[in-house]
Amino acid sequence: MSALLLRDIRLAMRAGGGFGLSLAFFLIVVVLVPFGVGPEMGLLSKIAPGILWVGALLACLLSLDRIFALDFEDGTLDLLATAPLPLEAVVSVKSLAHWITTGLPLVLAAPVLGVLLGLQSDAFYWIVLSLLLGTPALSVIGTFGAALTVGLKRGGLLLSLLVLPLYVPTLIFGAELARRGIAGMDVGTLMSLLLGITFASIALLPFASAAVLKVNLR
Amino acid sequence: MTLTVSNLSVLRASRHLLSGVGFEVSAGQALILRGPNGLGKTTLLRTIAGLQPVHEGQVDMPEEMAVYAGHLDGIKSTLTVRENLQFWASVFGTGSIDAAIAAFDMDHLIDRAGGMLSAGQKRRLGLARLMVTGRPIWLLDEPTVSLDTVAVGQFGDMIAGHLDRGGMAVIATHIDLGLGARAETLDLSQFKAAPEQQFNPNEAFL
Repeated sequence: MSALLLRDIRLAMRAGGGFGLSLAFFLIVVVLVPFGVGPEMGLLSKIAPGILWVGALLACLLSLDRIFALDFEDGTLDLLATAPLPLEAVVSVKSLAHWITTGLPLVLAAPVLGVLLGLQSDAFYWIVLSLLLGTPALSVIGTFGAALTVGLKRGGLLLSLLVLPLYVPTLIFGAELARRGIAGMDVGTLMSLLLGITFASIALLPFASAAVLKVNLR
Repeated sequence: MTLTVSNLSVLRASRHLLSGVGFEVSAGQALILRGPNGLGKTTLLRTIAGLQPVHEGQVDMPEEMAVYAGHLDGIKSTLTVRENLQFWASVFGTGSIDAAIAAFDMDHLIDRAGGMLSAGQKRRLGLARLMVTGRPIWLLDEPTVSLDTVAVGQFGDMIAGHLDRGGMAVIATHIDLGLGARAETLDLSQFKAAPEQQFNPNEAFL
């Protein structure tokens, strides 16, 4: 399993692997918002958690179709399905690799970009924490969507339409957690809900992803 | 150890292709599958490999013993030949890739990226992967496509060596691999499914 994880990370880092794509998209979204909204720092810092969360979510969405499509096209997925690894493990490892190469860089970049949105330094903690807890769910749910659409030619549109509604709860609770945390309000319930979504996705979705992948490989 | 297939029916996208397929391969034996294009050779091999569901009949073999090689070689274009092979060696828990490299004479290609290989070289790498899996049952679908005559010879030697070590192989090919008496030939045309059996819309969802 570690071989698969290392391979996926290595592939993402090599030229054309798409490692920089999500990060660059995130950067562009966040840099453009102050131009669009205007330079009023009070307003910007107020909407910053939402902007960062929406930006991270869309950046994550952008990279989803790479999770399985490339392995499907060159036949690797067939070979992995007949390898000694259970397909559930393959799917989980691929989610993890996606999070390490997409989610984690977004989490780390968020405070830096937060500066552009006028966030105070004590707000960084809440932005990073909420993204850190929420982005694993984005990767796991996205892997499920990618598994559903893997055999389809140009399934990117369908993938986005399928996955976006599933992302909404994570977005609502994640952004709200960051907002309330920054405002100094109670975050216990939101934290439980966000963690609940993340852990439930990690625990359940790999089985669903493996099942649909098996159907799509026929 | 034997691979026994009895009364097997295979479907492709709810179309009934073959029915009543039966054969037995024992250690040290190869089975060559013949039949016209579109008959269902690939689907049969994928069914035995477990990639397609068995519609009817049985495939009996010890678990986790078979390895499948299809039309695509599963080569990552940004990884080198060594990294590609090493990856499969670690997935299957076998150590060395040297024997596989030597079998297809790929020493000089070892640090070349997968994307820079020719079609024949890719196929050689795809076949070399079989050796690093360490599994005894090889299911090969048109393995000699885009190989030159030298590589076909090397491939024949590789299969012969595999059979000598007690392995077995089911190969869909139209080329004589020089395996002599150890290879039986099975013409699949006799198992072609009757047209009235050919449609069952529910099957696609099961």
